[in-house]
Amino acid sequence: MNIIETKNLHKTYKESEIEVHAVRGVDLSFEQGEFTAIVGPSGSGKTTLLNMIGGLDKPTEGEIIIDGINISTLKGSKLIDFRLRKIGFVFQAYNLIPVLTAKENVEFIMNLQKRPKKERIKRAEDLLKAVGLGDRMNARPSKLSGGQQQRVAVARALASKPMFILADEPTANLDSESTRNLLEIMETLNKEENITFIFSTHDTRVVNKARRIITIDDGKVLSDEKK
Amino acid sequence: MLISIAWKNIWRNKLRSAVVIIAVTLGLIGGIMSVGIMFGSSDQRIKDALNDYVSEIQIHHPKYSENNEAKYIIKNSDNAEKIISEIPGVKSVCSRMKIIGMANSPEAAVGIVINGINPEREKKVTDIYTKIPDSLGTYFKNTKRNPVLISSKLAEKLNLHLRSKVVLTFQEKNGTMTGGAFRVSGIYKTNNSMFDETNIFVKKEDLARLTLFPENTAHEIAVRITDKKQLETIKADISKKYPDLSVMTWKELQPDLAMVTDFMNQMMAIFMIIILSALGFGIVNTMLMVVLERIKEIGMLMAVGMNRIRVFTMIMLETVFLSVVGGGIGMAVSAILLNYFGRVGMSFSSVSKGLESFGYSAVIFPKVETSFYFMLSFLIILTGIIASVYPAIKAVKLNPAEAVRTDA
Repeated sequence: MNIIETKNLHKTYKESEIEVHAVRGVDLSFEQGEFTAIVGPSGSGKTTLLNMIGGLDKPTEGEIIIDGINISTLKGSKLIDFRLRKIGFVFQAYNLIPVLTAKENVEFIMNLQKRPKKERIKRAEDLLKAVGLGDRMNARPSKLSGGQQQRVAVARALASKPMFILADEPTANLDSESTRNLLEIMETLNKEENITFIFSTHDTRVVNKARRIITIDDGKVLSDEKK
Repeated sequence: MLISIAWKNIWRNKLRSAVVIIAVTLGLIGGIMSVGIMFGSSDQRIKDALNDYVSEIQIHHPKYSENNEAKYIIKNSDNAEKIISEIPGVKSVCSRMKIIGMANSPEAAVGIVINGINPEREKKVTDIYTKIPDSLGTYFKNTKRNPVLISSKLAEKLNLHLRSKVVLTFQEKNGTMTGGAFRVSGIYKTNNSMFDETNIFVKKEDLARLTLFPENTAHEIAVRITDKKQLETIKADISKKYPDLSVMTWKELQPDLAMVTDFMNQMMAIFMIIILSALGFGIVNTMLMVVLERIKEIGMLMAVGMNRIRVFTMIMLETVFLSVVGGGIGMAVSAILLNYFGRVGMSFSSVSKGLESFGYSAVIFPKVETSFYFMLSFLIILTGIIASVYPAIKAVKLNPAEAVRTDA
């Protein structure tokens, strides 16, 4: 069953009076439990596509149906609330809250969801253990390596129990060791807990792990292969 | 958690926060001390006026107040004193004769108000007896015949010294001019040079004898009360007992003095608003920098599901915390300084002549009411909230998709 569907998705924006067609008529669907990489060169439109699927950007034309809801029609706080409950985000630059510890960063999302404190603490601890950071729970981001920070970001993305996780070039700032670790963790979570991951990347290490590879160029889907 | 994040955020850039906090602290110390000095001086001016010459309530013949004519007397003043002193809340009562006349010395002649007082009873109403330095005589002692107290200001004008003779001329009961030779038994000095220049004190019995008024009459009865809040009630009680006499409170007698308090209150409010507004702009600037530095982080917060109200609240809390920390330190330091200077006083001797000509003491004991701190705390929080609006709007207007990809 499809959890995400994009129908004739277009995104055009103006850059210094010139119209840029970032996405041109993308029709895609994603199922629960996918481990998918969207690949393509810089400027191909993969981040714009990911932003639109994540409800961070609005399509100029077309529809994005997530869990039966056309999110292009959602506005303001409804859209923010939708993101909070349905989508997990992992960013290229980790983007953790620097004043909070690893555990507090994971708890933060659940706090926004107004989950009870006991549940928050337990889930944050469980998730940090799952990403191999059981001994670094009380460390602030500045005391963690890039790889560790990205693992906290994955734990944070999972904390809200989202339908799927969007990861925008999650390994771009990581070394080989950290990349391997992170991918192993995400693969395990995907296989064992059926968590859906959609990456935008041009990192071959990520591409090699993905079970579905969508290639984009010039805003169009060039290929969509399943392994 | 929002409160905890906001609190932690203000300590991310310790130096910048410290600069803002120090600015707020110093601004408030300056403001509160200035207000303390203004309020202390005006409060002292009122106290001095009440203690030295006005008293809380004065009673006159209704027509005496119009142009101070000596013929408008209060009869049987001793009995009135007794009855009024029995009214609950009345601390002390004293009657006086007050006659306008001239003080003449071989050097000059000056128009004055001659206060005929009962020295012992007057002590319970005014502090004049405490205003005579040891070296400048006594309060009606050591001078057997016609002693007079004059001020140092008048002594200077008339070139009089202790035990000098001064001739006072005035009208007697039936309007005929009369006079008497008096000897300076003491030279006083209050903080009000205008009062000093025009008032001299003689014994009531001496003035009564020379003016031919019975000793049991008065032009003025001064009433002191124990609780200033009862002022109007006591006035009403006296008026009820003496409906034919004019009973006036100090606020009616000296509206300029009463106005000082209201004026100072308004000045204080304007003064503090100006200081807080200036600080507010400084805080706006700092918070704008904070928002610009954290575009990526704020974008992430909005992307992962922090709604605009929460982002706005977070920035607002950070701003309020900065203001409150600075404000709290500023108020605490000011309270300590006010407590110290409120006890030892601040000397403004270099401008004492100017201050005294307006009735203000050259040594000021700064003070502020406790309620002022409450008002100020409210204003500080309000400043924080107002100062946060623009930076917070900037923050909530960020596009999360763009913000998470910026270099900030």
